[in-house]
Amino acid sequence: MAMAMTFALPIDSTRAASNVSHFKLKNGLEVVVIPDHRAPVVTHMVWYRVGAADDRRGASGIAHFLEHLMFKGTKKIAPGEFSKIIARNGGEDNAFTGHDATSYFQRVAKDRLALVMEMEADRMVNLRLLDKDVVTERKVILEERLSRVENDPANILGEQMNAALYQSHPYGIPILGWEHEMRVLDRKVAIEFYQRYYAPNNAILIVAGDVTGEEVRKLARKTYGKLKPRDERVRAARPKEPPHRAPIRINLDDPRAGRVTLQRYYLAPSYNSAESGEAEALDLMMKIVASGTTSRLYKRLVVEQKKAASAGGWYSGSGLDSGHLGVYTVASDGVAIKDVEQALDRVLTDFMINGATQKELDRARNSYIASHIYGGDNQVRLARRYGWGLVNGRTITDIETWPERLEKVNLEDIQRVAKKYFNPAQSVTGVLRPSAKTKTGAKKAVDEERKS
Amino acid sequence: MGRAAATTGLLAILILSVALATPGEAKMRIQQVTSPGGVTAWLVESSQAPLIAIRFGFVGGAVQDPAGKEGVANFVSGMLDEGAGDLRSVDFQERQEELAAKMSFDAGRDEFTGNFQTLTRNLKQATELLRLALTQPRFDVSAVDRIKKQILTGLKFDQNNPRTVASKEWFKLAFNGHPYARPVKGSLESVARIGRGDLQEFANKVFTRDTLKVAVVGDIDAEKLGPLLDKIFGDLPAASDLKPIAEAKPPLGPQRKIIEMNVPQSVAVFGHAGPKRKDKDFIASYLLNYVLGGGGFNSRLTEEVREKRGLAYSIYSTLSPYQRGAIYVGNVATENKSMARSLKVIQSELKRMAEKGPTAKELKYAKQYLTGSYALRFDTSSKIANQLLWIQIEDLGLDYIDTRNAKIEAVTLQDVRRVAKRLLKFDGLIVTIVGKPKGAIKKPEKS
Repeated sequence: MAMAMTFALPIDSTRAASNVSHFKLKNGLEVVVIPDHRAPVVTHMVWYRVGAADDRRGASGIAHFLEHLMFKGTKKIAPGEFSKIIARNGGEDNAFTGHDATSYFQRVAKDRLALVMEMEADRMVNLRLLDKDVVTERKVILEERLSRVENDPANILGEQMNAALYQSHPYGIPILGWEHEMRVLDRKVAIEFYQRYYAPNNAILIVAGDVTGEEVRKLARKTYGKLKPRDERVRAARPKEPPHRAPIRINLDDPRAGRVTLQRYYLAPSYNSAESGEAEALDLMMKIVASGTTSRLYKRLVVEQKKAASAGGWYSGSGLDSGHLGVYTVASDGVAIKDVEQALDRVLTDFMINGATQKELDRARNSYIASHIYGGDNQVRLARRYGWGLVNGRTITDIETWPERLEKVNLEDIQRVAKKYFNPAQSVTGVLRPSAKTKTGAKKAVDEERKS
Repeated sequence: MGRAAATTGLLAILILSVALATPGEAKMRIQQVTSPGGVTAWLVESSQAPLIAIRFGFVGGAVQDPAGKEGVANFVSGMLDEGAGDLRSVDFQERQEELAAKMSFDAGRDEFTGNFQTLTRNLKQATELLRLALTQPRFDVSAVDRIKKQILTGLKFDQNNPRTVASKEWFKLAFNGHPYARPVKGSLESVARIGRGDLQEFANKVFTRDTLKVAVVGDIDAEKLGPLLDKIFGDLPAASDLKPIAEAKPPLGPQRKIIEMNVPQSVAVFGHAGPKRKDKDFIASYLLNYVLGGGGFNSRLTEEVREKRGLAYSIYSTLSPYQRGAIYVGNVATENKSMARSLKVIQSELKRMAEKGPTAKELKYAKQYLTGSYALRFDTSSKIANQLLWIQIEDLGLDYIDTRNAKIEAVTLQDVRRVAKRLLKFDGLIVTIVGKPKGAIKKPEKS
């Protein structure tokens, strides 16, 4: 118990961003301002409450495709000029699509904030798309899919496992989309999606950096404030998962696999869908069981038994409707994957029966609280923390009191969530194996080339 | 900019205030602190967050790997938090987690660098761990075996990653016979040969005070930092024992090599010699590359390959100035059937740029971006520390942050046109392609 005292951090030091302001414009745009005056720069982000899980059935990938097309211009901005104007002003910009959210961000000197707010407000409602730009950009997203998925067997397996983990809910559909559906996405589908979801009353504006809440309020009124809200922007309720009855197993043989690897996902609730306190317990539980070199999995499988070259895991809890637990391991050379899997199962079973030690819990908690403080040093990470949280149903208080809620988790909570969610019936296990061809795969081709 | 020198006891402090981005803004003050024991660090004090970031580097990265044992430097970078002093690996890592200290090491081609962060309240205990890691790494056999296994596994995965293979093969061709030709992580064969003695030897000869550079940012003042520098680094040997590295012959093609791999999208690496960091044309070259391939959507390669033709998701080029040789190198990924077309577009863009240079407008925009965005590199403690470290490693001077933008502004269109002619050799590219590119890619023709 004395140890627990030594490691505990003062809670007030974790509230690095408690000078945050939060307000709404009349048109429904939610605004969060996070002052950080160390450098004369700002991070400006707009988060839309829409993501790939809202793609129309049969038009998978449209949320992500639209994110690309948002750079193709408006009445005021010529196609492709958006990022160029940001760069000419010494700024950086990018965008990102998830299952539940789509966000656009710029980082600029503080005196260019008004400019980027005007530009982002403009494309929130005035996007103009030419067929020819849409067709070219569709080739780009297909190349993106080749890079991220088709060229990497681990990601092909991940995509298959996700599809199996969600039998009805659209989290099972890849964010990039299925290739055959991406190929037929067009301007019409994009515009339909845009008009339905892009509006001030379906967005959150986050500004972090060398500004005050009042400055941002004024600028926001002048820019975003002029936009009319569209009809209520509520996303359609997504299909709920049916009960899962049996473990699912997926084997993928691919000559490019390199080594035999095993991954397993378990369905689990997210912060937004969990009962009070469960998500916090899941976070700490997975830290103890699977995250990093001090985790149970790594110590048993890699350090002590040497059955695996690496092992680890995570809790993914940021989604709107669901989360998952993940564990993975790479088998040591010459060790059968079955052996490694049994060893992994023994670690999980032992944990469900005996739970964690107080020392492990303290260490895990301490490390998360510290990461919360480290995150406070970085305005992009702070902005992202608030954006992710709000778009996924958290309140500002939820976000800022996370370390305090971690303090409330006890050993019983940890053991209870482990027992409840390491449930084989709700799991998908994927095994990736180099097929027989591997030994002569890429390496040999290289050798042959050298001779010629 | 204000300069002041102060001496307190044995601690020497040189202060330099630097303004970022907009005149009249609060200035960032860099202090050059020399400890009683003679260790020098650049310090930026900031009490905004209760934490301290320390970045440091030594001369001697993968180039110091013994022949046949490529990958030693990289191996060492994975071993320093695997036990030190009396703490075996698990104890060390648990202690580190209890203290919430972050520690990581990286082996580059020329340097070995470290990145450390601690909460202010744990400063004393956390820096003790860092001291142990640098001065008394254990290299226990069990830990060596485990990390070796992980490196070998990583290399096994890399063999099937077209990006990694294309890059490795490119360096092999470009720097044939020079240590830069060798992969930083080594090969399956070379890593298998590395033992704990090799790791210890590397640490002994590279982790020394004579080549050490240190940058500190955060919640600490010069008075406290002085003794802390001695505590962390004071026990290191005074002098290094580095083998001299010869200048590399500037890489030049034309050379083209296809490595067949069964992937739907081919990856190509292309490039040739570039300017070194101390080259008088380096900044002009930097502007040139921004316009050509380094400026994302503002660059011609992205415009021509991605925006106009949809041939790639990712296309870029960059300057990599190593200490003994420098390169201009780019990367593109395109579906197999279109790779030939992508490369043709790239080559003709290099030709067009070499012949005519950028337009006045392009140069203006490049300057606007590079000067305007400089402040974005200084908005977190660890980013500031990173900048301060590399300015020291590249020996750019304490006033570099203050003068850098003026140097960029001073470059003329004539400078960049001249540099474009000198630097870009569209008919002298070294190209490696991994995948199954179709359409029989021809050997590049001399023009």
